Amino acid sequence: MNLDLTDEQLAFAAEARAWLAEHVPAAPLPSMDTAEGFAAHREWEATLAGGRWSAVAWPEEFGGRNAGLVEWVIFEEEYYRSGAPTRVAQNGISLLAPILFEHGTDDQRTRYLRAMTDGSLIWAQAWSEPGAGSDLAAIRSTARRDEARGGWLLSGQKTWSSRAVWADRGFGLFRSDPAADRHRGLTYFLFPMDAPGLTVRPIAQLDGSTGFAELFFEDVFVPDADVLGAPGDGWRVAMSTAGNERGLSLRAPGRFCAASDRLIDLWKTGQYEDPVARDAVVDAWIKSEAYRLYTWGTVSTLQDGGDVGAEGSVNKVFWSELDIALHETALTLLGPAAELRGAPAPADGRWVDDYLFAIAGPIYAGTNEIQRNIIAERLLGLPRGGDGRRKS
Amino acid sequence: MKFVVNEEQQALGEALDDIIESAGGTKAARTWADGDTAGGRALWAQLAELGLFGLCVPESDGGMGGTAVDLAVAFERLGYHAVPGPYIETAALLPGLVAADVLSGIMDGSVMATAAVPGIAPYALDAAVSTHKFVVQADSIAAAESGPGIASVDRTRTLSELAAVGRGAALDPAAVTLAIDRATLACSAMLLGAGERLLAEAVSYAKIREQFGRAIGEYQALKHQLADVRVALTFARPLIHGAALDLGGPDRARSVSAAKIAAGDAANRAARVALQVHGAIGYTEEHDLGLWITRVRALLGVWGTPRYHYSRLAALLLAPTS
Repeated sequence: MNLDLTDEQLAFAAEARAWLAEHVPAAPLPSMDTAEGFAAHREWEATLAGGRWSAVAWPEEFGGRNAGLVEWVIFEEEYYRSGAPTRVAQNGISLLAPILFEHGTDDQRTRYLRAMTDGSLIWAQAWSEPGAGSDLAAIRSTARRDEARGGWLLSGQKTWSSRAVWADRGFGLFRSDPAADRHRGLTYFLFPMDAPGLTVRPIAQLDGSTGFAELFFEDVFVPDADVLGAPGDGWRVAMSTAGNERGLSLRAPGRFCAASDRLIDLWKTGQYEDPVARDAVVDAWIKSEAYRLYTWGTVSTLQDGGDVGAEGSVNKVFWSELDIALHETALTLLGPAAELRGAPAPADGRWVDDYLFAIAGPIYAGTNEIQRNIIAERLLGLPRGGDGRRKS
Repeated sequence: MKFVVNEEQQALGEALDDIIESAGGTKAARTWADGDTAGGRALWAQLAELGLFGLCVPESDGGMGGTAVDLAVAFERLGYHAVPGPYIETAALLPGLVAADVLSGIMDGSVMATAAVPGIAPYALDAAVSTHKFVVQADSIAAAESGPGIASVDRTRTLSELAAVGRGAALDPAAVTLAIDRATLACSAMLLGAGERLLAEAVSYAKIREQFGRAIGEYQALKHQLADVRVALTFARPLIHGAALDLGGPDRARSVSAAKIAAGDAANRAARVALQVHGAIGYTEEHDLGLWITRVRALLGVWGTPRYHYSRLAALLLAPTS
């Protein structure tokens, strides 16, 4: 057992660090949940692509570096430590791309992957519906066969669609077999956000920004070439996305390690004395360290050909709770100034902004209650059923 | 980079499981608690034969030349089976501090040694059964005599105050802090093992115990508590293995303190949830569950209380940079 990096890996880290030091914008970009901020973040994706840093683990033909998982974790650590902008392309790169690699056609990979890396193609996700949140299999939006044109007509309503207001394309599940129940008869579609019949209605979030939207589909045509995986096989295809979002790809340890380092700096510079808050700062460091080490364990397992499986749910509960605790601690330290946002606020309001982002963590990517059910049933082997849930 | 236990370490854990289970599993703990130490001492001898007490001793000194990861793997199993006796003291604390003749006795199993470390483990464990007793100070070690036995919350633990006899031998303070951190790491691994067992027992029980016509494990109220135990234990283990890797390096103190805090928290959560899942039956002496519940409570306070480890981490991480 060791945590030693090879000379090549250390050189890779140094190269990433040097590039980021040179290119990361000195002033933080405006929020990507604004038109101006979205454009600025899109431009940053193009800059990243210029250095071939958008998706280091991808094959070179799609704009990656063919790097291993270890290099990916190293890059993420350097990325967050450098204070680089949030990845506006993450829906595509982290959630959709792994599915395209696994289930997509060559044509889909050619059309979509490289464009994801340079900011020219930003994806929105379309999972939830008004009646299908945690119970995702209750999806009612439909896909009707259009033989004449060789494709499908999407109808229905999606909601809580992150990035949808300014994104170029979307992906989501629709019921293609009305007779099938629950997880069966669903198909995974890729569609342009400006398709005829698709209406996007922004939804303001609790802080007033428009990070997500409702999508209304009225016979939106999608050609067969934009069905991902086989028709009717959408649930299986989508669940591999859910695994990616919950597991390794969405939440690299670098994010928490960098936040924990900033929290420690906040403590050091603030001359605080509160012993309870002091222990909370220490706790944030311990948990970030646990997450970092756990990730190396996961990387090792994957490299040995192992599988993450339901362990992703353990991961998701842990990082989402860590993220909240860490940011609550920062706000505790800031005291009355904690509520201030924007330029006059401590760290330009970053602590409270990131806190607001953190409290959504236990909800998205599958609520923590669903994750705990998965842990209990699939990892611990406890019986299903009870509590009004349908057996399926 | 390879942060998973290797095949030999897995085999070591399985060998420990086999030996302990063949000896009756928790039987040694039960008889030990009732004052009959024969079973526990027989198990001690078997584990000595396996090489447990020479695990961290260099091969040049007749040991196994293993790593601290091996030690963590072994102590997780000891915790899992609630094995009684001064294992932390004999196998983790003392090997680097005692004279060669005592060390060779430790390795062959003929020495059962205990120790008091003022401030961090002030009461010596199982002094009455131990062949050797030591007071370990910051820069010295001295043979000691024990006072009367004091009962512990854990019925398998009998504690004593020790009084040094004579002046003792001088030690390199760095060797002492290393030895204490190695003992703390072993204690953390033991807590992790106890926590894993508590979870396993609770899950088994939740599958078979029925109320209102259903297995209680179907109820989310219990599922979610058990899931949270799984999360806590899963994220304590990498800190323990990380601390094992750091034992010889500059980050030793902070890594060991983090491991002890996380293992203690996770095991304590496991103890509370396991008891709640079992209900009254888990509160009886007849049921084995109490072995781990009380063991966890005892280990939380030794080899550095949470307060000690938080303070040590704060001093290391949060001191203003000048």
